Order: sequence, then C-alpha cells, then structure tokens
Amino acid sequence: MTGILAYGAYVPRLRLQRSVVAAAHAWFNPALKGLGKGERAMANWDEDVITMAVEASRDCLTGLDRAVIESVSLASTSAPNADRQNAGIVKEALNLADTTGSFDLSGGQRAGTSSLIQALAAGPRQVTLCVASERRKSKAGSEAELNNGDAAAALLVGSGDVVARFMGSHSVSVDFVDHFRAANKEFDYTWESRWIRDEGYAKIISGAVKQALDKFQLNPAEIDHLIVPITLRGVADGIAKKVGIRPEAVCGTLAGTVGEAGAAHASLMLVAALEVAKPGERILVTGFGQGCDIIILEVTEAIAKLPPRKATSGWLARRQPETNYLKYLSFNGLLDMDKGMRGEADFKQPLTALYRNRKTVLGLVGGRCTKTGTVQFPKTDISVNPNDPTIGTQEDYPLADRAARILTYTADNLTYSPDPPAYYGMIEFEEGGRMMAEFTDADPESVEVGRNVDLVFRIKSVDDLRGFTKYFWKAVPVKQL
Amino acid sequence: MAKGIKDKVAILGMGCARFGERWDADADNLMVEAYQEALTDAGIETSQIDAAWLAVAFDAVNVGPSGIPLATALRLNGVGVTKVENYCASGTDAFRGAVYAVASGAADIALALGCEKLKDTGYGGLPVRSRGTMFDMVGVVGSAPGSFAQLAAAYRAQHGVSKEDLKHAMAHVSVKSHANGVKNPRAHLRKAIDIETVINAPMIAEPLGLFDCCGVSDGAACAIVTTPEIARSLGKSDIVSVKAVQMSTSNGWELQGSGWNGSYFHTTRIAAAHAYQEAGITNPREQLSLMEVHDCFSITELVTMEDLGVSKEGEGWRDVLDGFFDADGTIPCQIDGGLKCFGHPIGASGLRMIYENYLQLLGRAGDRQRKDPPVFALSHNLGGMPNQNVSAISIVGMLGA
Repeated sequence: MTGILAYGAYVPRLRLQRSVVAAAHAWFNPALKGLGKGERAMANWDEDVITMAVEASRDCLTGLDRAVIESVSLASTSAPNADRQNAGIVKEALNLADTTGSFDLSGGQRAGTSSLIQALAAGPRQVTLCVASERRKSKAGSEAELNNGDAAAALLVGSGDVVARFMGSHSVSVDFVDHFRAANKEFDYTWESRWIRDEGYAKIISGAVKQALDKFQLNPAEIDHLIVPITLRGVADGIAKKVGIRPEAVCGTLAGTVGEAGAAHASLMLVAALEVAKPGERILVTGFGQGCDIIILEVTEAIAKLPPRKATSGWLARRQPETNYLKYLSFNGLLDMDKGMRGEADFKQPLTALYRNRKTVLGLVGGRCTKTGTVQFPKTDISVNPNDPTIGTQEDYPLADRAARILTYTADNLTYSPDPPAYYGMIEFEEGGRMMAEFTDADPESVEVGRNVDLVFRIKSVDDLRGFTKYFWKAVPVKQL
Repeated sequence: MAKGIKDKVAILGMGCARFGERWDADADNLMVEAYQEALTDAGIETSQIDAAWLAVAFDAVNVGPSGIPLATALRLNGVGVTKVENYCASGTDAFRGAVYAVASGAADIALALGCEKLKDTGYGGLPVRSRGTMFDMVGVVGSAPGSFAQLAAAYRAQHGVSKEDLKHAMAHVSVKSHANGVKNPRAHLRKAIDIETVINAPMIAEPLGLFDCCGVSDGAACAIVTTPEIARSLGKSDIVSVKAVQMSTSNGWELQGSGWNGSYFHTTRIAAAHAYQEAGITNPREQLSLMEVHDCFSITELVTMEDLGVSKEGEGWRDVLDGFFDADGTIPCQIDGGLKCFGHPIGASGLRMIYENYLQLLGRAGDRQRKDPPVFALSHNLGGMPNQNVSAISIVGMLGA
C-alpha cells in the first residue's frame, strides 16, 4: 500500500502581530487595517527555508529509522540557493546516508503538492521525504507582508504501513498568472485579488476538484477533510459549496495564526488534518499555482501507532508574540541597519574544509571512543580522554537528537548579533560530550545553568560579500513551566 | 618534574611605556619607549643583546608578522628574534623564551618585549578575528567579555553564591583596581570609582557591566635578562631573580571532554602547581607577597585567586570582600591598577605585570610601593577563553630569597 508513512511540521516561534504592521503603515496605506487581525509566523533571523525544512523533517522522522529514506525533495519558491542544492543541505543536516537521492522543486506555488504527487506515484518503489518550506519575501507595506507566513512541513512517502493511503491524484496546468516573480527579482508582482478569486481559485480549483472526484468515482460527501491552501477568507468554503463537499469538511486555513506559507501551505494543512483525522476518513488536498494539483488520501488504522510529534498544532502552541515591526524588517533584510564594526568581520568559508567536515558541521556528528566510551565533539584523531588518549578509535556519534543542558551561559551585548543580546554558553549532553553553543529562541527567563536545551539547525552567519550561508546547530533553552 | 630555573636568571633591566589611548604613538614608538627605559636600567648597549622575543597578539593593525619589526625598531644587531603569539599570555611567553635562552646558556643577555597597538583597530574592545577554519564553522564568535562572563554563571551554580553577592564581590575587585590605578602615573585609567557605579553600569555581557571589564590600551613593556653572575659583573647588587616561569595550555579537555564545570581555569591550577614547585613555595597564601593576575574581567580575578590556591575553592569572593587583596591587605593584587586600570595591550601585559613586581621588589614603585618588603611576587596571564586557554605564571623575588 502506497501513501504517507509519517508527517511533521515546523512553524517559527515568533508570531508577528498584524496589528502593529497595519499601524506602522496606516499613514501610507490605511486600507491595510482590514488585514490587521491575528498574527503571522515570522522566521527568526537565523531561520530560512533550509533550517525550517530540517526541523519539519526531524519532527516527521520522530521515532523512525532514517535508514529507510531513499530520497529527499525540497519544495520552495524562496530557497536561499539558486545553484547549491538546498535539499542536499537538508540531507546532510538529517545525517542521512550519502546514497540518498535529493532534489529541489520550485517554479510556483504548486511545488509542494507536485513533489508529493511525484513521490506518491513512485511510492511502491521508493521512500521519499517530501519537504516543503517557504520564507517568502514581501515588500514593506504590501498585502503579502500581512498575508504571508513562514513555515515548513514534511511528509514521508512510501509503501508499507502507511498512515494515509494514496487513492489518486489529478493535475491541471494553466498559465494563470495571479502573481509572478522573475528569476532575478526579490518580490512578487500581484494582479487584482477579485480576478484571482473568481477566475482563478473559484474556477480552476473547483474544476479540478470536480474532475478528480469524477475520475476516482467519489461522491463529494465522501470527502471528510478538504484542504484549500488559500488564506483569503471564504475561498475554501466557496469551493466546497460549489463542488458539494460538506461545509464541516473544510479545513481551517491557518490564516490567523501562520499566514499563507506558499508552496509549503498545503502540506502544512495536510499535517494539521492528519493530526485529527480518523481511520477511514478521506482527505482531498488541493495545490494552486498556474493550475491545480489534487491528491486524495484515505487515513488508515496505522495513524494511531505513529509516535507523538509536535506537528502543526504543537509548533503553533509554541509561540512568542512579536510586536516589533522594525525587528521583522531587519530580520528580512528590508532595513539596512548599521551592524557596527563587529558585524563587518569577514569569515569567508573555505569550501574544502566544509566538505571535509560536513558531517561534523551540518550533521552535528561527534565521536565516541570505541575503547573508553568517551564522547566528544568534534570527533578527532586522538581521544580527549585525559587518561587514555587513544589514537584512531573513534566512531561517528550523532548528537543532534540527544538530551543536553546548560553548563555556562552569558547574554552578550558587545558581540554582533542581528538580535542582541547574543545568548551562548557551554552545553553538556546527558550521555556524554559537550560543546560551546549559540542559543536561539532564547530569553532571560529561559536561560540558567542546568536548564535543558534542544539542538536545532540554524543559520550561523551569512557571508554578504559572497552570498554564502553558513549553517550550524544551536541550542534552544527549554522553558520551565 | 624537571629541576627548574630558580635563581638561574636575573632581571637586568625593565621598562614600560605609558599605557592608554596612545594616539600619538605607533607600535614602533611604544616599543622604543619601553626599550629605552629597560636599556638604561640594565646599563648595557644594544650590541650586548644575544637574542630577542617579541610578543604581539593582534596582527590586523600592528607591527605585522615575524620578528623583523622588533629588530628594526630597536636596531638589534643581527640577532635572532622570535615572534610569540599566545593570546593574552604572549608577554609572559616571550619572557619565558628569553629566560630559557639565558638559563640554557644559549644567550648571555636576552630581551623580551611585548607590544600592542589596539587603538588603531577602530574597535571598542578587542577586534573580531578568525580563530581558524574549524572554529569558525562550529565555534561561537562572541566577545571577550562574553567568554569570561560564563565563569560567573558556572561559579554561582557550583558554589551556590547568589547573583547579588557575586556581583558585589566582582564590583569590589574593580573598585580596588581603580583605587590603585590612581597612584600609577603610567596607568590608562586613573579615576577612583564606587561600588554603585560598578553595579549600575551598562551591561556588556551578563553579568559583566562596563566596569567589570578592563581597558583596551596601547602599550609596550620590556625585560632584559641575564645570569646572576653577569648581572653582578655589570655592577648590579640588588638582583631580582626569576623563581619560576610555568605555562599550561588547554588540550581541549575543558571544551571537549567532561568533568570541567566552567567555573575555574584548569590550566591555571596546573601552571600554579608547577610554578610553586619550581619556586619552592608550599603555601601560597602564606608565602606570596604580591600578585599581578590576569584581571581582564572582575570575575576572572576572583576565580583566579582560587586557582592559584590563595583562596579556598568557593571562597574567593569572601576574601575579595574581606579586603584580603586590597593594596593594604594581606596579599595586594593589582597594586598597579591591573589590566583593569593600568590597561591591557595584549602582548605587553605579561611583561607589564613582571615590571610592576620588579619595581616593588626593588622598592621603586613610588606612591604605590608596598610597605613590607615583598619576598615572592607572582604574575599570572591568561590567554584565550576559559574553556580553551593558555595560562602563564612567573614568580620573581630577590636573588637567594
């Protein structure tokens, strides 16, 4: 049986309050006030499509053997690299075997659903981790700034003990240009919203849904969860009505909490649906963008056996309201702030060294001495054990998923950080090993010696001169309740 | 352990430039300023110097690479010059080179000079620089105060000291150094401050405020060393000799191993044990007369007292508050103002500390002269960060003491 084996999501902790954005622009565009309700997920300065994809993947792979993964796909229209495979970095961060295939999908908002269809079609032959992640850049003062959100979702597709069986897919391709972004441009250019709603969503999505239901001889009443990843109010309900799907089957669009996460949004909503769906229920997923993708799934009994994970609801519950609009602008490169002299320091990446140490740097793989059991980071030729510095006895020892706690810390106002103060300190892994770590998603209440931390994959720094992004792992202090 | 070098090497002369924001001087000028004083003090000619060591930590703007800048500035006469870079322990390491050269008989007269021209970097605080390929990929590019501030969090956790008590003890360290700096005409900062000023100052790296951090200064310091016999033959009667020079360099255990709790300097404990053995000191709290320790930050000085075995573990903060290390206390520490107020031109600092101890031993420290004649005077340098560092200790005293 082919279908979805596991699911996971990631939503950044910061939630930009739309009211402060609308208020900031009221002098220029008072009409934005109408979009000023709720909040949108906002990536931290050290998050991008790749880091969010990694976290969604880790969530998806909770309790699963990563060795089964044969391929990783990353769907996005906002990936940081135009010519350095983004999915390949996700693969390294997940510490997957080098024999794993990897590919990026882009080109429009349907990238997420199209990659899922490809994987589902290949399902009997291959286990694919389908990740979709989006951090869309929008012009200050635009509607997109309020409507968009940053998030990622991951779905493990293959055959076997699936939690949702693949019933079929249907695709429609039409060059309907509701918005576009040329290859060398930063921002989308958008056409009139009423035209998009009536000629685009209503006609193209509804038509595709009808065709798909006919194709698989399904009665609209047999659909229990309808996923329309369009956050514009009323669109999903209108489509359900038009095709005869029950109103209660329409899934919430996460408009008020996440915003629209572009090519990742359908997957994010699918994860939310899988969190609540019961065995036997059917999910119809739509993906819109120069046409429409339809995926129909049926939830199985196996869904109850999946180990607990954060998924969409878990990440949504972990939130930090952000009321500083200038911080949002700065984190998104829309405000040319003075970094100070410390921000100018040039740390060019020797690519040879990154390649040699990719497991250490991207995978957070340390070493464990097979003779003494000493765990250390990074792995070295000679063990750090002072009583037994054996040579060449270390085996790979992945650290990213191990429990750790804070041993020392500071909050540094002097060093350059896009989000001062910079929290960092030494962390110690419960089962051995330690490292100096930058802390992220940290605040004064969460940082103290002895507190637990989770390790997360984040941007270490961006070399603005050459456009190279450096990634490494950081510690997130776990708030004590 | 090896026999050591106790009393095998004499300090023939020392010099120290005025520390501070030396907008008037290049590194060369500072080197010559310190050298001239040392040369006059030693009573020799440049041509009598057999070998030299130059300590400079930052290259970006400074003297540049190699030993050539020292040979050029001082017009050394064709001798070998080694450039030493060991973070803030560079000065003491240069001294070690010169002292070892003399002790081995390879040189009759050797020179160690440390210099740093920090105020041409444009930074407030130390400049940011690469620490090597691997570090740049996985290490934390924080600031120096941020590195050392972590001692405080770990110290509190380890010894159950409250944030308030520790902050007060740290503040006392800084107030003491400022009070001492007032009496030192070559010090960078010469203004007394009170406890409230320290405690209420802007936060640099929690819990270190502005006054918990040492000055960033330009400066140079110089030592000329020889054997006691040659010193005598050159007419010296009061001879300050080297009782011990010891160093310990982190091998990664603190950062990569397990067992270190982050609240102390593993290397300082090792270097101190070796230095005391070399100097014949069995009870440092009873036998040391003076200390110049690496007070780059107030918390560093505090924990160093424990690492040097002068304070009991977990009780250094109480000794500090009791005034044990004040200028009129049992063992004055930073009687010249320390890194905090004399200043911290990285490469020069180790030699500046030895310079102060040398002056105090000879009774030449002016207004700040310790009343009882000192016997053993210790200086201590820390290079790097608490979790990865170089610790260097020198002990000097009168020959035969």
